[in-house]
Amino acid sequence: MTLHSRKDDCAAASAHQDATLFFDDLHKPLTDLMAVKEADHCLYCYDAPCIKACPTSIDIPTFIHQIRTGNVTGSARTILSENIMGGTCARACPTEVLCEQACVHNLAETKPVEIGLLQRYATDHLMAKGGPHPFQRAVETGRHLAVIGAGPAGLSFAHRAAMLGHRVSVYEARSKPGGLNEYGLAAYKMVNNFAAREVEFLLGIGGIDIMYDQPLGGVLTLNDMRLQHDAVFIGVGLGGVNDLGLEGEDKDGITDAIDFIEQVRQSDDPSRIKLGQHIIVIGGGNTAIDAAVQSKQLGAENVTLVYRRGESQMGATGFEVDLARRNGVKVVLWSKPVAVQGVQAVTALTFERTQLVDGRLTGTGDSYDIACDRVLKAIGQKFDGAGLLALDTSYGKLTVTDDYQTSVTGVFAGGDCIATGEDLTVQAVEDGKQAALFVDSWLQNN
Amino acid sequence: MADLRCSIAGIDSINPFWLASAPPTDKYINVVRAFEAGWAGVVWKTLGEDPPVINVASRYGALYGSNRGVIGFNNIELISDRPLEVNLREIAQIRKEWPDRVIIGSMMAPVDERAWKDLAIRIAGAGVHGIELNLGCPHGMCERDMGSAIGQVPEMIEQTTRWVREAVDIPVFTKLTPNITDILWSAEAAKAGGADAISLINTVNSVISVDLDAMAPNPVVDGKGTHGGYCGAAVKPIALHMVAEIARSPETQGIDISAIGGIENWRDAAEFIALGANALQVCTAAMLYGFRIVDDMIDGLSSYMDSKGYKTIEDFRGLAIRNTVNWNDLNMNFDTKAVIDQEACIECGRCHIACEDAAHQAIKFDVSPEGKRTFTVIDQECVGCNLCAIICPVPNCIEMRPVETDLPYLTWPDHPKNPLGGSQ
Repeated sequence: MTLHSRKDDCAAASAHQDATLFFDDLHKPLTDLMAVKEADHCLYCYDAPCIKACPTSIDIPTFIHQIRTGNVTGSARTILSENIMGGTCARACPTEVLCEQACVHNLAETKPVEIGLLQRYATDHLMAKGGPHPFQRAVETGRHLAVIGAGPAGLSFAHRAAMLGHRVSVYEARSKPGGLNEYGLAAYKMVNNFAAREVEFLLGIGGIDIMYDQPLGGVLTLNDMRLQHDAVFIGVGLGGVNDLGLEGEDKDGITDAIDFIEQVRQSDDPSRIKLGQHIIVIGGGNTAIDAAVQSKQLGAENVTLVYRRGESQMGATGFEVDLARRNGVKVVLWSKPVAVQGVQAVTALTFERTQLVDGRLTGTGDSYDIACDRVLKAIGQKFDGAGLLALDTSYGKLTVTDDYQTSVTGVFAGGDCIATGEDLTVQAVEDGKQAALFVDSWLQNN
Repeated sequence: MADLRCSIAGIDSINPFWLASAPPTDKYINVVRAFEAGWAGVVWKTLGEDPPVINVASRYGALYGSNRGVIGFNNIELISDRPLEVNLREIAQIRKEWPDRVIIGSMMAPVDERAWKDLAIRIAGAGVHGIELNLGCPHGMCERDMGSAIGQVPEMIEQTTRWVREAVDIPVFTKLTPNITDILWSAEAAKAGGADAISLINTVNSVISVDLDAMAPNPVVDGKGTHGGYCGAAVKPIALHMVAEIARSPETQGIDISAIGGIENWRDAAEFIALGANALQVCTAAMLYGFRIVDDMIDGLSSYMDSKGYKTIEDFRGLAIRNTVNWNDLNMNFDTKAVIDQEACIECGRCHIACEDAAHQAIKFDVSPEGKRTFTVIDQECVGCNLCAIICPVPNCIEMRPVETDLPYLTWPDHPKNPLGGSQ
C-alpha cells in the first residue's frame, strides 16, 4: 500500500473529495477472469453455512452462481436485497471470521471462497453500470418516519422503509452521511470515496430526505420528532469514547484514534496531517489497527500498538493484526498504560506488564516507558445518550425488545447504540433492515 | 515398460496415437511437428478434386465447462483448401523423411466411380499407407452431396468403399458419421464394400451456441451461422457406444477399428481399446493443448498397462466387450447403496438437495446444536442410482457399496413381474 494521488482517476467523485482518493486499496478488486475463476471455486452448497454466518443472511451460493453464469447484475441484486450496504460490507467485513470462516472448503482444507471479493465484484459492477435503482418502492403508504443518524443502521432502515412505501426523513448530526463508513473506517478500505458513492446509490430508491447538521438536543428533540412522525428509528451509533483514566490524559498529543481516522478520511491531503514521529496506539480492536496502519502509511517513524491482553483476545482479526505487522507496526502485548510522562505535551507513556491470574487481568508490578510524541486511544467507544435520556438503557446502551422497540412506544433503535450491538457494520445494516420490517407491521396496527 | 506398438488393417504403428484428418494434419509443417512430438501417424486432412474449396471466417465454436475449460468444440471448416498437387508432394516428402510413421490419405469425391477411383489412385501414388474415406463431414460438404450425404446412406457407403477397394492395393479405412439412427447399418455396409478398417466417429451435427447479441448461431459469419461438426470430450460417450456396438455385433465384430471421438488422455485411449479399438485418432485435444499431449498419452497408457500387467495392447484390447450387454441382460437382483464417509464429508449438502429434489429423498440432513451438518443415507429409500456420488465434490467420499445377497442372477425377460411372460 502506498500513499499517492488518485485525483486524476476519480474526477467523477470530486464532489466529495476526501482522503480515500490518496490510498491504495487494501484488497485489489477482482478482474473478470479472477471473478469467474473464484466463482467456480464455490461448491454451491445447499442451505449453506456461509449464509448462516452472514448477519444479513445474503444468499451467497446464489449470488456466486449468478457471477458464474454471467448474470452479474442479478448477483448484485441478490446481495443488495438482503444488505443494501453490500458494497461497504464487502470491503469492511471481517469475512475471515464470518462467511469465509463458515465456507465448507475449510473442512476440506482447501482455500475458502473469497466471498468478500466476489461480493465487491458484483456490487461494484452494478454501481458502475449505473441506470435505474435496482429496487422499486411499494405504493406510498402516506406514513412518514424519522431516522436519527445517517450511518449504516439508519440508512439501511431508511432504504427498507422507503421500499415498503413509507416516506423517510433522516436527521444527521454531521455534514455528511455514512456514519462510520464515512468517518470511522481506514481510508484504504474505502478508496475512491466509496462511502459517499454508496449513500448516493442507496438514496436512488427515492422517498428519503437527509437533513444534515441536525444533532439531537436544542431545537431538535426526540419528543417533537415522535409527535411529528408515525415512528422514529434511532441509529446514532456510539458517539462517546472511553478514557484511559490516567492523570495527565489531557496533555497535548493524546487523542482518540477514531478522531484521527476521521481527520485522515476528511483531509484533502492527508500527507499534510501533523501526526508526530513516534506513535503509540492503545487498544486491540480494528479501530486500533486502522489507526496504527494509517499512521505508518502517513510516514510516522515508529508506531507501537500496545494491548493489555494476548493476541488471541484482540478484537481485531488475525488478518488485521498481520496487516499491522506487514506495515511495520510493532505490536506489544500484555501491557497496560499506567502513567503519562511530559510537561505540556506527552513525551512517553509508562506501561505495566500484565498477566492473567485465576482468569483476572492483573499487573505484574514490572513497568517500562515507551517514548512518544503522539498517543492514539482506541480502547472502545461508548453510547452517548444526549437527547435520548427518556429511553431505558442497559449495559450503557439503549434497551430494545426483539422487534427493536425501545421503552417509548413508536421509537425503535438499532445498530451499535443498542445493547446487543456488535460494533459491526453488517450487524447495523441487519438491524436497520429488520427494524424497518417490524416498524412496517407495527404501523399496520397503529 | 509396456509395448505400445499396434497394428491396424495390416499397418504397423509405433504406438496407437494418430492425429485425425483435420487442421492439425493440413500441411507439411504441422505433420512434421506432430511426428517430432511423438505421434505415430496422421490421417492427412481430407483431399478432394481440384479446384480446392474455399473456407470462411470464422470457423470454430466452443462449449465451456468450469474455468473456461473447453469440453465441446465445433467447426464449420471444409476439407483441404490447398491444391491437390501441393498436398501430395508434401506427403511424399514426409514419407521419405519419417519412414517409421504412418500417413493415411483422407479423401472425398462426388458420387461418381471415376472420380473416387482417380483420386484414390493419385493419393496412393504419393506413398500413403492407406486411404480413409471421409463419409462423415456433416457441414458444407454434405450440401455438395459429399461427406455425410454419402455416409448416411448404407448403399452409398458400400459403393464408395468398393470403388476405392478396387482402385488401390493399400488398406482402405471407411470413416463413418454418427449422424445416423443405427451405426451398425453403416458399419455393415463398409464391411460389405471391403473396408479393411472402420474409423469412427466423425463429428456430430450441432449448433454449438447462439450469439444472443447477433441473434445467430456461433461461429457467426457476417451475421449468420450454420450447423457444424461437434467434437471434443463431450462426444466421447457417443463414440464409445458406437465403437462398442460394432465390436460386439455378430455382423461386424472382428473388423479393425480406428477409434475417434473426444480422446484427450491415456485413460480415454484405454477405454476405447478396452472396447475393441485397434488404434486411435485424436484431433480436438491437440487443437486445444498442442501436440505435446501425446507425451502423457504414451506415458500414462504405458504406466496403466504396467500396473495391470498388460505387456501389449492386444493383452487388454476388447476386454470390456463381453461385459457390454443389452439392458435385458442385466441382473435385476443386484443392489447397491450409497455410503457417506463422514470423516471425508465437508458438509456441503449437495447430495441431500440432489436426492431430495431429483431422486428418492434418501439422504437425511441433521444439524447439531453446535451447527455440525450431518448427511446420512436412508438405506430403505436409496435405489443405488449414483446421483449423490456423482455430484459430491469430494472424490471417494460417497461410495456405492453392493448389498450382499444370495439371490441369483435374474434378467428382466426372466423376471416374475415381467407382464410379457418370462420363463418362470
